[in-house]
Amino acid sequence: MEYTNPTTVDESVYDDDVVRMFFGATVIWGVVGMLVGVVIALQLAWWPANLSLPWTTFGRLRPLHTNAVIFAFAGNICFAGIYYSMQRLLKTRMWNDRLSRFHFWGWQAIIVAAAITLPLGLTQSKEYAELIWPIDIAIAVVWVVFAVNFFGTLATRKVKHIYVAIWFYISFVITIAVLHIVNSLAVPATLFRSYPLYSGMTDALVQWWYGHNAVGFFLTTPFLGLMYYFLPRAADRPVYSYRLSIVHFWSLVFLYIWTGPHHLLYSGLPDWAQTLGVVFSVMLLAPSWGGMLNGLLTLRGAWHRVRTDPVLKFFVVAVSFYGMSTFEGPMMAIRAVNSLAHFTNWVIGHVHSGALGWVGMMTFGTLYWLVPKLWKRELAYPKLATAHFWLATIGIVLYTVSMWAAGLMEGLMWRAVNDRGLLASPAFMDIVDRLDPFYGLRLLGGFLYFVGAAMMAWNIYRTIAASRAGALTPSAAAAAS
Amino acid sequence: MVDTKSNDKGFHRRVLESKAGVFTIVTTLAILVGGIVEIVPMFTATAGPERPDWVTPYTPLEVAGRDIYIREGCYVCHSQWVRPMRAELLRYGEWSRAGEYRYDRPFLLGSRRIGPDLHRVGGKYPDAWHYEHMRDPRAITAGSVMPPYPWLLEKTIDPDDVAASVRALKRVGTPYTHQEVANLPELLRIQSAAIVERLAGTGIQTQPDREIVALIAYLQRLGVDGRSAIDQGLTSPSAAAPIDTATTGESQ
Repeated sequence: MEYTNPTTVDESVYDDDVVRMFFGATVIWGVVGMLVGVVIALQLAWWPANLSLPWTTFGRLRPLHTNAVIFAFAGNICFAGIYYSMQRLLKTRMWNDRLSRFHFWGWQAIIVAAAITLPLGLTQSKEYAELIWPIDIAIAVVWVVFAVNFFGTLATRKVKHIYVAIWFYISFVITIAVLHIVNSLAVPATLFRSYPLYSGMTDALVQWWYGHNAVGFFLTTPFLGLMYYFLPRAADRPVYSYRLSIVHFWSLVFLYIWTGPHHLLYSGLPDWAQTLGVVFSVMLLAPSWGGMLNGLLTLRGAWHRVRTDPVLKFFVVAVSFYGMSTFEGPMMAIRAVNSLAHFTNWVIGHVHSGALGWVGMMTFGTLYWLVPKLWKRELAYPKLATAHFWLATIGIVLYTVSMWAAGLMEGLMWRAVNDRGLLASPAFMDIVDRLDPFYGLRLLGGFLYFVGAAMMAWNIYRTIAASRAGALTPSAAAAAS
Repeated sequence: MVDTKSNDKGFHRRVLESKAGVFTIVTTLAILVGGIVEIVPMFTATAGPERPDWVTPYTPLEVAGRDIYIREGCYVCHSQWVRPMRAELLRYGEWSRAGEYRYDRPFLLGSRRIGPDLHRVGGKYPDAWHYEHMRDPRAITAGSVMPPYPWLLEKTIDPDDVAASVRALKRVGTPYTHQEVANLPELLRIQSAAIVERLAGTGIQTQPDREIVALIAYLQRLGVDGRSAIDQGLTSPSAAAPIDTATTGESQ
C-alpha cells in the first residue's frame, strides 16, 4: 500500500455533503425523540396523557422514545462525526459516495419505519431491539454497506497511522453488526411477527448481552472516538496520554461484552453467569475512568477557555457525566446494591445521567463545533448556546436527582417488612402514589433539556439560513481554513 | 494531535496502528470472547438453565393473549420475575424458577416495575377482575396510573393469525403436536367459551373471539405450571436456593 502521508490537504477533497445530511438528521430526530420523552414523562405523572388511544399509550411510546434517541439522535451524530473526522484523519475522501448516500437514506428510512411500526404495536419486545424482522434485515443491510464504505476508506487511506478515534470507530462498526445479527435471529410467523430462536433465560441472556453492549458499543465507544477527535480540536491541545489510550481501549472493548448478566441478577440465569456479569462490570470501572481522565486531562492548559467557549463547556460536562455514570454502573451491578435498585426509577436516573449527560452533551458540543466548519458561518446566537448549556445542565440535575430519590424510595418501600414479619406497604398502589412529586420534577428536568435542544435547533437553522443568504464572516472564514 | 513523544517503534504503533486489517481482526477477537464464554454453555444441559418436563407450552388462545401482551407493551411496566427475597415472596408468591420460562419466546422478564410483578398473577384474581381492570384500571385500583385498554373489549382475534403464530413457534422448537395445529380453531373455541361463561356468571356479556378473552387466558396461565410443580416438590434440588437473607429487611 502506498502512503503519501500528506501534511496538508485541500478540504474540497472531502465529502462534507454527507456530513451535513447526518448533521441535520441528528438535530431533527433529537428534538423529536426528546419530545416523545417529555410526553411519556407526563404520562407517568398524569395518566390521561395516554389519550385513551391504542397508538399513544406509554407501553407503545416508551420504545419509540428509546429507539429515537439511541438510533436516530445518537446514531446520526456518530455517523456525522465519523464521516467528518475519518476523512480528515486519513486524508482521503470516503471510499464511495454512493454507499455514503445509501447509508444515509437507508438509515433515515429505518427510523421512519420505526416511528410508524412502534405506535402500531408492531414489536419484538426486546429492549432496544424492538423493531420487527423486516426492519431488522434492513438494519443489517445498511450496516454492512456502512462497514464496506468504512473499511474501503481505511484501505485507501493516504496516512499510514490509524489514530485512536478510529480504533473506537472500528469496535463500533464490528460489534454492533455482531450484536444485532445474533440477537435478532428469529423465525417469522407473519410479515409483522416473529419468534426468537432462543427461549426463556437463554433468550434473556442473549438480549442483555445485546442490550448492555448497545450501551457499550453504540453509546460509548463511538462517542469516545468523537471525544478523541473533537475535544482536542476544540481545546487545541494534544491528547493527554497515548499510552493510556491504548490500555483503556483494549481493556474497555474486552471487558464490556461480559457485563450483560448484571441485568439478570437474582433471576433464573445460572449463578456462574450472574457472577461473571458482576465481576466484569466492576472491572469495567478502570477503563471507563481511563477514558474520562484522558479526556479531562487533555484540557490541561485550556481550562481558562472553558469559561468562554460553549463547545468546551458541553464537552467538560459530558466527560464528567461519563465518569459519574460509569462509577454508578459498576456499583449498581454489585448484588447487594442491585437487589435494591433493580426495577426502580434509580435505573432510569442512571441511564439518563449517561444519555443526557454523556451522549447528549457530547452531541451538542460536537454540533456547535461543526456548524462554522460545515457552513462557513459563525453561530447565529452564541449566547443562546451558553443558555442551552445551562438549561441542559440544570435539566440533567433535576432529572437524575429526582429519579435517584424516587428509586431509593421505591426500592426501600417494596422491601420494607414490619416487626410482625409482614409487608410494611402491602398495597403496591400506596408506593406508586408517593412518586408523584418525583415524576413532576423529572418532567420539569426533561422539559428544560428538551427546550435547550429546541433552542439549539433554532440557532443552527438561523446559522444555516444566514450562510445560504450571505457572504462569509471574516472570523468564520478564518475558522474554516 | 498525536502524542509525538511516544515510542514509534513499539509493537502497538508498528503493527496494530498501521495495519487496519490486523487491528480489526484483533478487535473482533477481543469482543467475541465474553459473549462466547457466557452464551454457548446456555445450550448445554449441565451449565445452562434447567428444561423441566413439568412446564407445558401455552395453548393457542394463550399464545394469542401473549401476542397482545407484547403488542400493548405490558412488559414495559410489569415484570414477570419474582426474585428470591423475603419481601418479594410476601408480595408476589413463589420466586421464579428458570425452567418456568422454558417456552417463553420471546422472554418477558421485564426491567421496570411501574406496576406490580405479574409472574404469579395466574389464578390470583377472577376473570371478571381482569376484564374490568382492562376496561378501566381505576375502577379496580383507585389512583392507578395505568391507561385504560377499552379496545381489547371490541377487537377480535383471527384464528388464521393465531395458527401462523403456533406454526412458527412449532418451527423454532415448541413441542406442539400435529393434532394441536390441526384442531386449533376447536382448541380456541373450547378455552374461550369457558372464559366467556365465567364472565357471564358475573354479569359480563362478551364474545369468545374478543382480544380481552385471549389476554385473560394468558394472564391466568402465568406462573401456574411453576407453582403447581413447586407445590408437588417437582422442582430440581439445585433450584431450591436459599432466600437471600442480606436483603430481607430483617434488620428492622
